[in-house]
Amino acid sequence: MNSPLHPQKVGVSIRNAVKRYGTFKALDDVSLDVAPGEFLSVLGPSGSGKTTLLGLLGGFVQPTSGSIHLGATDITYTPPHLRGIGIVFQNYALFPHMTVGENITFPLRARRLPKAEWPAKLQAALEMVELSGYADRAISALSGGQRQRVALARAMIFEPRLILMDEPLSALDKQLRENMQLELKQLHAKLGATIIYVTHDQREALTMSDRIAVMKSGGLVQVDTPKQLHDRPKDSFVASFIGEAMLLPVQRLDAGNLTLAGQTLRSAHPLPSSDDLFLTVHSEKLAFAGPQTAPESNLLPGTVNSCLYQGESVRIFVTLSGGEQVSLRLPSNHSGWQMMPEAGQPVTLALHPEDTIVVPRAA
Amino acid sequence: MTKNVTNFLSPEERRERRMILLLLAPALAVVGLLLIGPLIWMGWQSFQGPDGFTLDHYARFLSDTVYLSSFVQTFRIAFVVTIAALLLGYPIAYVAAKSQGIWPPIILGMVLLPFWTSVLVRAYAWLILLQRRGLVNTMLIETGVIDKPLILVNNEFGTVMATLHILLPFMVLPLYATMKKIPAELEMAGASLGGGGWLVFRSVFLPLSLPGVIAGSVLVFVLTLGFYITPELLGGGRTFLVSMLVSRNIELYNEWGAASSISMVLLLLVFLIFRLASMLIPFERIMGTR
Ligand SMILES: Nc1ncnc2c1ncn2[C@@H]1O[C@H](COP(=O)(O)OP(=O)(O)O)[C@@H](O)[C@H]1O
Ligand SMILES: [Mg+2]
Repeated sequence: MNSPLHPQKVGVSIRNAVKRYGTFKALDDVSLDVAPGEFLSVLGPSGSGKTTLLGLLGGFVQPTSGSIHLGATDITYTPPHLRGIGIVFQNYALFPHMTVGENITFPLRARRLPKAEWPAKLQAALEMVELSGYADRAISALSGGQRQRVALARAMIFEPRLILMDEPLSALDKQLRENMQLELKQLHAKLGATIIYVTHDQREALTMSDRIAVMKSGGLVQVDTPKQLHDRPKDSFVASFIGEAMLLPVQRLDAGNLTLAGQTLRSAHPLPSSDDLFLTVHSEKLAFAGPQTAPESNLLPGTVNSCLYQGESVRIFVTLSGGEQVSLRLPSNHSGWQMMPEAGQPVTLALHPEDTIVVPRAA
Repeated sequence: MTKNVTNFLSPEERRERRMILLLLAPALAVVGLLLIGPLIWMGWQSFQGPDGFTLDHYARFLSDTVYLSSFVQTFRIAFVVTIAALLLGYPIAYVAAKSQGIWPPIILGMVLLPFWTSVLVRAYAWLILLQRRGLVNTMLIETGVIDKPLILVNNEFGTVMATLHILLPFMVLPLYATMKKIPAELEMAGASLGGGGWLVFRSVFLPLSLPGVIAGSVLVFVLTLGFYITPELLGGGRTFLVSMLVSRNIELYNEWGAASSISMVLLLLVFLIFRLASMLIPFERIMGTR
C-alpha cells in the first residue's frame, strides 16, 4: 500500500481534568491514558460530558484544572490549530461553500504545503474513503454517508497523530451505520492512528473499540475492554447501560452466595461487600434448564409471560417465582421452535455461576 | 406551468387556496389602493404635458445637466454611505454575533437606539455637533488639534455622516442574522484542521457571511437613494440629490410631470439593483424573511 498517510502513533494522557461552568462540573476529575494506536470509545448518556472531553482534547474547551499530554508534549494550553489533531464533528462541519476537494485540501492549505503536492494527497485521501472522482462535487450534492466520508478524509489528510470523532455515525440510518462501523474499524487498522471515538450507542462501542471509557455526570465510571465491561460491569450504572441487562435486587449471604427472593444462588466471582446489590441478568446468559444444563448451574423457576417474535429470534419474557421479570431468547430456527414454550407455562431457567454477575448500586 | 399544476389540485386544496386568497384580500386591497394606484397615476403623469401625451419629461434627462449631476451625486453618496456602513457595521455585527449572554441585545439595542428618535431630531443633533462652532470643532480647537474650524456640515460629509447614522441598523441586522446562522463548529473545524484565526475568518466565516453583506448593502444603498430630510438639512444646498430634484420640481415649478418622470427613473434603477442582487442571493433573504 503506497498511501501517503503514515501517521506516527502517539498516546494521549489526560490528568485530573476538571471543567466547571459556574458551579456546574461538566468534567469532574477525569484521568485517562490512551495507548498509541488504540481505538478508545467514550460512552455515556447525553449530557455526561463526552463532547466537553473532546473539546478539551481539541483545544476548544479550557480546563479549569488538570493537564493534557500528547505523547510527551503538554498541550493543555496549545491553541487548536497547532495541535495537529484530526476531528470529525458530530454533524461533520463540512464547509458548505467549498467543493469536496477544497474541503479535503483545507489542511494542506492551512499548512502552506506546495500546491504541486496537493493532487496526489487528495487522490490518496479520496481513495481511502472510496470517493475517487468526487473532488469537484458540491457538499450539498452528497448523501449523509458521503459527507461522513469527506469529513473523515479531511481529518486524515494531514496525517494527524490523533483522531477524535464525536458521534460521527449518529445521523446515519442503521444499515449505513453498521457498514461505516466496519469501514472505520478497517481504516483504523490501516492508518494506525490513535482514535478517540465518542458515542452514546453501547453496541457501537462494543463492536469497534479496543477499550471503552464509560462516563456519567462528568466522571469516568469504568475504563475497560468491551468484554470486561459487558461481563464484569463495575456497578449498576454500567451494567444497565451495557447490553440487554436486567438488574434484580439480591442479598449477599457470603463471599460466593446470594439470595434472590429467598432462593440461594452461587456466583463464581467474589461478591462485592455491600448491602445494596443487584444481579445482572443478560438475556443471552439465561437458558431453559434441560439435560445439557451444567449441574452447578443456578436454577430459577418461573412462568412464561409472553413471547415476542423479533425476526432472527424470539424474546421470551418470564416472571420468576419471586415476581421479577427476566427475558431470554430462542433462535427462530427449527430447534428453537421445538423448544418454544407457551404463555402461562411453568419453566425453569438455568444461570451458570460464571454468568452470575453481582454489582453494587452506582454511587 | 402554474396553470397545469392548478388543474391537478384536489377540491380541498382549491378550497384552501380560495380561503387564503379571501383572507389576503383586505391586505391586497390596501396595497393596491395606497401603493399600486398612486404608482400607476405617477407613471401616467410622467407622460403628461400641457397638451396631453408627451415624452418631454424624459427627454430632459438627456438635455438637462442638473438631472445627470444630481443622479451621479446621489449614487456616489449612496455608494460611500454603503461602504462606510459596511466597514462600521461588519465589526459591530461580528462582535454581537460572537458575544454571549446579555451582550448581543445590548449591542443591537445600541445600534437600534436611533430608531426611536425622529429623523428630524437626529438631523439637528448632527448639525449641532458638526457646525462651524459645534461641539466637534470646539473640542478639536480647544485641544489644539486644529486651529481653524473644519467644514463638517453643509456638504457631502455631513450628509454621509447623518445618513450613515440612520441607516446603520439596516446593515447590522441582516449581517447579524446571517452571522448567527454560521455554525460555530465550522470555525472549530477550520482551527482543528490547522487554520489560524485569519485563514479561518477569510476562507470560512467571511464567505459564509456574504449573503448578509449583500442584503445589508442593497438595503442601505437603496434607502440612501431616496433620502430627503437629512441631506436637505445637512447638505446645505451643496448636495442636490434626486429626492430634492423631485421636491423642487413640485415646490418651485409645480411640475408634477417632471417630478413623476424623475421618480419613475429612480424606481426603475432601484428595481434594477434588486434584480442584480437577487441574482446573487434570493430576494427573500435581502428582505430578511428567510
Ligand atoms: N458552554 C457551556 N456552558 C454551560 N454548560 C455547558 C457548556 N457546554 C456544556 N455544558 C454542560 O455540560 C454538560 C456536558 O455536556 P456535553 O459534554 O456536551 O455532553 P455530551 O456530549 O455527553 O452529551 C451538559 O450538562 C451541558 O449542559
Ligand atoms: Mg455531545
